[in-house]
Amino acid sequence: MTTNGSSPKLRIVIVGHVDHGKSTLIGRLFHDTNSLPEGKVEQIRKASEAEGMEFEYAFLLDALLEEQAQNITIDTTQLPFRTERREYVIIDAPGHKEFLKNMVTGAATADAAILLIDAHEGIQEQSKRHAYLLSLLGIRQIVVAVNKMDLVDFSRTVFEDVREAYTRFLGRLDITPQHFIPISAKHGLNITKPCPELGWYEGPAILEALEGLEIAAPPEGLPLRFVIQDVYRFDERRILAGRIEAGHLKVGDEIMFWPDGKKSRVKSIEEWNAPVPPTRASVGESVALTLEEQIFVERGQIGGHPEDGPAEGREIHASLFWLQNEPLPINVPFTLKLGTQSVEARLVEITRVLDSSTLEPLPGSPTLVHKNEVADVRIRARKPVAFDRHDRISETGRFVIVTGKRIGGGGIVREANYQSSLPVVASDNITWTDSPVTREERAEHFGHRGAVIWFTGLSGSGKSTLATGLEQLLHRKGLATFILDGDNLRHGLCANLGFSDEDRSENIRRAGEAAKLMAEAGLVVLCSLISPFRADRRRVRETCQRDGVLFAEVYVNAPISVCEARDPRGLYKKARAGEIKQFTGLSSPYETPEAPELELRTGEVTLEFCLGTLLEYTLDLTRLPSRPRG
Amino acid sequence: MDHLDELEAQSIYILREAYHSFSNLCMPWSMGKDSNVLIWLSKKAFCGKIPYPVLHIDTTYEFPEMLDFRDWARKFYELDLIVKINEDARAGRGAYATPIGYETHDPVTVTHELKTVALQQILAERKFDALITGIRRDEDPTRAKERYFSPRNADFEWDYKDQPPEFWNQFTTAVDPGEHIRVQPLLDWTEVDIWRYIERENIPIPRMYFARRGEDGKFYRFRSLGCWPITKPVESTASTVSEIITELLVTKTSERAGRAQDHHERNAMQKLRAKGFL
Repeated sequence: MTTNGSSPKLRIVIVGHVDHGKSTLIGRLFHDTNSLPEGKVEQIRKASEAEGMEFEYAFLLDALLEEQAQNITIDTTQLPFRTERREYVIIDAPGHKEFLKNMVTGAATADAAILLIDAHEGIQEQSKRHAYLLSLLGIRQIVVAVNKMDLVDFSRTVFEDVREAYTRFLGRLDITPQHFIPISAKHGLNITKPCPELGWYEGPAILEALEGLEIAAPPEGLPLRFVIQDVYRFDERRILAGRIEAGHLKVGDEIMFWPDGKKSRVKSIEEWNAPVPPTRASVGESVALTLEEQIFVERGQIGGHPEDGPAEGREIHASLFWLQNEPLPINVPFTLKLGTQSVEARLVEITRVLDSSTLEPLPGSPTLVHKNEVADVRIRARKPVAFDRHDRISETGRFVIVTGKRIGGGGIVREANYQSSLPVVASDNITWTDSPVTREERAEHFGHRGAVIWFTGLSGSGKSTLATGLEQLLHRKGLATFILDGDNLRHGLCANLGFSDEDRSENIRRAGEAAKLMAEAGLVVLCSLISPFRADRRRVRETCQRDGVLFAEVYVNAPISVCEARDPRGLYKKARAGEIKQFTGLSSPYETPEAPELELRTGEVTLEFCLGTLLEYTLDLTRLPSRPRG
Repeated sequence: MDHLDELEAQSIYILREAYHSFSNLCMPWSMGKDSNVLIWLSKKAFCGKIPYPVLHIDTTYEFPEMLDFRDWARKFYELDLIVKINEDARAGRGAYATPIGYETHDPVTVTHELKTVALQQILAERKFDALITGIRRDEDPTRAKERYFSPRNADFEWDYKDQPPEFWNQFTTAVDPGEHIRVQPLLDWTEVDIWRYIERENIPIPRMYFARRGEDGKFYRFRSLGCWPITKPVESTASTVSEIITELLVTKTSERAGRAQDHHERNAMQKLRAKGFL
């Protein structure tokens, strides 16, 4: 055996329902691979006798007094053992529902999992919930051990029934187990070697299956993600300390930092006590860089190569699991930690909550995520966050939520809008001048945050009526507001534009940019434009969100027959008479919004109801996080 | 990256997170092998400058060779060294009716008073909000359940029954007044990993880890170092790091077998740790 270098360890988490035999299996594995310290078994035997209990292999692990008293594993235990082939770390995660946070803590670092099912009891709640969490945690190598086969007379039929039902469930999570193995941990059957009692089973025993698993290696060929932990100035050097979470970099590379998009070249890779300083660093390494230019970078930012950076934005679509007793409510601020970024954020929408033991969505429209639930959500952060889609780069595609001082849950990013990282500036000579007054200071000044409320809908659907009505209400409540009306804009800023598709797009772009500037100045801007094309509206939304401006799309939805009957400006009449070409809804299409923040059916509900809804929504959207409701 | 590279990178990541997260942290240093690995990793994490003080809890029962090593290492690594002794306990004054020592008290009591209480005293004096410790999961079953960032309450108690979740390298970094966090960068290392790393990096360690001939003519070495009255060497001829590694790969005796306070009574370690022992 070589003594320099160190062999990698395969980390295995053993999960399953309470009492399905996890600790016994681990005790057995240690015992049967001769991995226990001398005298340990004797010591536990004597201790068991002294307390009048029959010796059990599970006792080998239950080193803590309370555990022995309660006979359940309360926290994650990690224990190393080795076979001739390699070293292992066994993570014993508790099966009791109360301790799901410990199961997640243990399982998150595993290369592979053994899901344990009691042949006698079959698939239980935690058998399903644990599998679901393993899929969220990104663990792909899974061995299912069907335990306590001795209690079902080693019946092949029982085993096959469990296998069939569980395979079906796991399939819905995109999990395909490597093996299904019938065992009896208590009697040591099929643990380290095949046994005659289970002669009908032809697959590997547990140990053989483990030896065939791979140590999860960081995927190759991903773009660079260098997560900054800190900037040190201990001496004349200005050192960026951090870890490469994906890809690699080398001295001389141009690196851009998100959010923000500042860039510079890597001047050196610093290393204490290195005979020759390294010139290259790859995924997994903790490194210290110096840059050619003294640009302002800080903890939280993610470095990447300019052409292939992370997504950046204030909205994150995610799936999250919640571990804390107090539920996570919609619209209440928390701290979101992603990589080394730490930002205030809140849930703006809970799309659905899944019962993790059935994978069925819970009925109703949820406003809370409770302990042990899994939910699809939309999160909005107070300032832009750099992130990746979890299935692309997991290290920068997952986050935790901190409430108070403790981690309450975690989540993975489901969508990311990768854009060309280069800002859309026609000339290189244009730079952005930052104001010394921050957005937060402006918001404090006004007592609310600026926002763009975008009303879209057919001519005559009620956009202008709603926008003016809403402005009156907001103004009375002391908010600083302004209305940007499509028709009004065409008198000045957009006077040179007609009604071709191109000109309509440009009209929307200008309106969006103007609205964004006013919202950045601190106003709540109500934009009333037909804006028939999805792509145009999406561009405005992205422009706003990229710069951290609140944006909400309000779909003013009335059937064309209702609009035509209203025809407040006589436009439908003119269009029918052929006096107006390319009239939206008649001779030009209207693309309905796919996911507006609000939809108001003005043909079905009263104006008062619409305005009430709008007022409540807008006040909530623009409220300063520090201010209470009301 | 090989396994040692991965361990090193993770430990450095944790040290940097700790340095960022706490305004007043401190690193207890026993001069033992794990402690010296921590010093080494700190030098690497911060490119040669260790930006926090290093604390030696001196029980006054230190091996003289260890004190020599302390003085040498202090200069070599340019350490900001704090030496803390529970003077009241040794002198039998203040809260202590009689002097505490191995001559008169059992090892669990002495360890608690001269190590844990001394640590509590210096924490209160200097208001440290985090301690970087060198404990490893494989040392003892109670340590197997530890987190990288593990909160302790004002009474130094470890609520191991209700620990915060810790995953994806996101840690518990906020504390209430009086609480502190134990930061444990070596949690995933095994005893063999420590030795392999010492060998690879050529990290200086006290001579006492290597075998020497005893008075009975047999060879002995210390596998774990503590106070001299309660720390016994094990029989071994391993006189180089590489020989120690070879020896470890075949032994099945536990590392702390030579440490009397662990074995004084059943669950002694459990009790010591619940009261704040590292």
